[in-house]
Amino acid sequence: MSDNIRIKKGLNIPISGAASRSVNKEVFSDVVAIKPTDFRGIVPKMKVKEGETVKAGTILFADKANPQIQFASPCSGVVEAVVRGEKRKLLSVRIKADKEIDYIKFDIPKELTNENVKDLLLQSGLWCAIKQRPYGIVANPDTTPKSIFISGFNTAPLAADLDFVLQNEFEALQAGINALSKLTAGGVHLSICDGCYANANLNKLQGVIQHKVSGPHPAGNVGVQINHISPIAKGDIIWTVDLHLVATIGKLFTKGIYDASQLVAVVGPAVKTPTYVKGIQGMQISTVKYLADESKGTLRYISGDVLTGENVGVDGFLGFYKNQITVLPEGDYYEMFGWVKPFRSKKFSFSHTYPSFLCSKKRYNMDTNLNGGVRAFVMSDVYGKVLPMDIYPTYLFKAALAKDLEKMEQLGIYEVIEEDIALCEYVCPSKIEIQKIISDGIDLMIKEMA
Amino acid sequence: MGLRKIVDNIKPTFSKGGKLGFLHSTFDAFETFLFVPNTVTKRGAHVRDCVDLKRIMIIVVLALVPSLLFGIWNIGYQHSLASGGDMGFWAMIWYGILKILPLYLVSYIVGLGIEFISAQIKGHEVNEGYLVSGMIIPLIMPVNVPLWMLALAVIFAVIIGKEIFGGTGMNIWNPALLARAFLFFAYPSHMSGDKVWVAGVDGYTGATPLAQAAAGEQLPSVMEMVIGTIPGAIGETSVIAILIGAVILIATGVASWKIMVSAVIGGLFVGGIANLCGAEGSYLALPCWQHLVMGGFLFGAVFMATDPVTSAQTEKGKWIYGFLVGAVAIVIRLFNAGYPEGMMLAILLMNTFAPLIDHYVVNSNIKKRMRRA
Repeated sequence: MSDNIRIKKGLNIPISGAASRSVNKEVFSDVVAIKPTDFRGIVPKMKVKEGETVKAGTILFADKANPQIQFASPCSGVVEAVVRGEKRKLLSVRIKADKEIDYIKFDIPKELTNENVKDLLLQSGLWCAIKQRPYGIVANPDTTPKSIFISGFNTAPLAADLDFVLQNEFEALQAGINALSKLTAGGVHLSICDGCYANANLNKLQGVIQHKVSGPHPAGNVGVQINHISPIAKGDIIWTVDLHLVATIGKLFTKGIYDASQLVAVVGPAVKTPTYVKGIQGMQISTVKYLADESKGTLRYISGDVLTGENVGVDGFLGFYKNQITVLPEGDYYEMFGWVKPFRSKKFSFSHTYPSFLCSKKRYNMDTNLNGGVRAFVMSDVYGKVLPMDIYPTYLFKAALAKDLEKMEQLGIYEVIEEDIALCEYVCPSKIEIQKIISDGIDLMIKEMA
Repeated sequence: MGLRKIVDNIKPTFSKGGKLGFLHSTFDAFETFLFVPNTVTKRGAHVRDCVDLKRIMIIVVLALVPSLLFGIWNIGYQHSLASGGDMGFWAMIWYGILKILPLYLVSYIVGLGIEFISAQIKGHEVNEGYLVSGMIIPLIMPVNVPLWMLALAVIFAVIIGKEIFGGTGMNIWNPALLARAFLFFAYPSHMSGDKVWVAGVDGYTGATPLAQAAAGEQLPSVMEMVIGTIPGAIGETSVIAILIGAVILIATGVASWKIMVSAVIGGLFVGGIANLCGAEGSYLALPCWQHLVMGGFLFGAVFMATDPVTSAQTEKGKWIYGFLVGAVAIVIRLFNAGYPEGMMLAILLMNTFAPLIDHYVVNSNIKKRMRRA
């Protein structure tokens, strides 16, 4: 089965620094970190101590509430530090990595069943690759999802080209899908970018329900695809897996190891030659510092894309779900009469109040300047233009601000997570932190509805 | 940059703890007026669109400029007609500037003054909303409005209309219209009738076309009403100038074309029904499209019904809201002899009902979602 979904609303932010389709080199990260904060709804309980030796696949910590959900080390080495923040909150577990990775060998089940797929994923610490909608939390293995959704392309600004990143991983992908399809009766849905359909390997994958999707960002967001294919109602559970993690799951089921190596896109206006490097989950950002253009002043290193990524700093680490590092110049400068100038050729606006919308090919060296001051909601109709869902965004944001659980539920909080409304935040003329509002709303829902 | 240095030098004085620290909101307003601030994103989206509310407000102000310029000339022109002299183009402009400048000074000094003070009290940044309100208020006044009355209206509009609700973005009614409505009900003799529209000639009566139509008198030609060489509130007379503004607003996407179009449809609809029922020669029989070029209909539909804060905020709601604005305006014009102009009351009334319209639109979305469960 295959259908065509055309997304019209949205925006591809024209930021410069897209990666060329080549691998620059393999980088080695001395220290690798796994951060419990990457996993929403998890309260970690340590399983190893500082100084212990671990292999790739050794369990580092588990969830307190549901101890079968465990988190593994992506590489072998020695637990160097368990970093804690305020109130002893566990921030990261750092592993001093071996040059040669020593893997735990897992038994590959001869025949795939729901039971043994779950077991292997849980045992290996790869379960957390599966996220649950609503809320975008790590899936609960005791529930059964309506279906599983995988987005075959990423439309986020400067995102890694999944076609390229996974070009040699076809077998792993197929194995991953075979395993995942045992977890649901509703089938595994895979969305493929309509424009890239002809040369994508992905359309050869078997055992999936395929959808062709086209349009600007956030068309590649799995949440948007779910909204168009099988919208989430109260009580529904849908699981989602990022495509590059499907390959990791596939390698677990073919080779029996937790192979966390991956291609990582190093992109952004402050990167000299935007490209891919071969790295590993949780690698240190400083390993790609050699690609950054330090002549651009103070730089911001982001684990992920510019809309949803995290500012981790050059000594920070790549997040678990991320395969992209974006480097931006900080925008801590004053711009005289910026808002009065008829043209502002170095800046982009989605609105037509600047003529930048006329040159659609141009790419901009964007920086982190807020481009204005924080105000109340005024232009309440702009958000709907970049949210291709049957949702009234302003009303949802205001319900979240008012902590009105019933209203949030009625207005569609189950259908969105931060990444889906990130563009609303980008275009907001009032410079409101909309992702934070929705994030707090989701946290409240999790707390109150549990 | 020299100016930047000066600002940086005096900044500590106005920051918290400085000698004039209590004026930090005011300082901040002037600083951000000159410079886009150096604030960077903290969390969420790391890059942001370069549009901000200042930009949006300045576009609206720009769209109002044609109406303002025409209004300046028309003040002089009407005066020239009334006094029987032939003043010449520049003399008319000069006369118009002399008449309108005090109105603007009062509007902005009083309005922005209150905005600054309330921002100061609340410790907020100063909101830009009044830049537009302050531009519109003189344009919807009769040229002869006394300055103290204007000041009173501005105070009422900003404090009662906006600040007590929490400032720009929270208000229920369009502040500019509230200023006019305040004067309309508090000092009716200064706001309507036939003595207020032409400046500088005592006892001269120059009625607006609406008043003439209601009284069954001879109307100016359609051409005069389209160009705007007629008595009326300062900015509302020229259809051409308003349409230039409408094009700017629609092209930049700042105001909703849906509201403008549906308001016109609503006006034509009611006017059309009246045409069908009205006896020949009566006010009801006035061709419905002529209502569009008379009075404040277009000015209201383009610049005031479209206020993003007080209008309907859902896309479907905008169609309903706009239609009702247009329809109610014409209903008031035709059926209420007390009020020759209905646009102001129609917009204020629909401002009041806009949340209700949105409520039903959003509720249908909620119902759809709940049916899925």
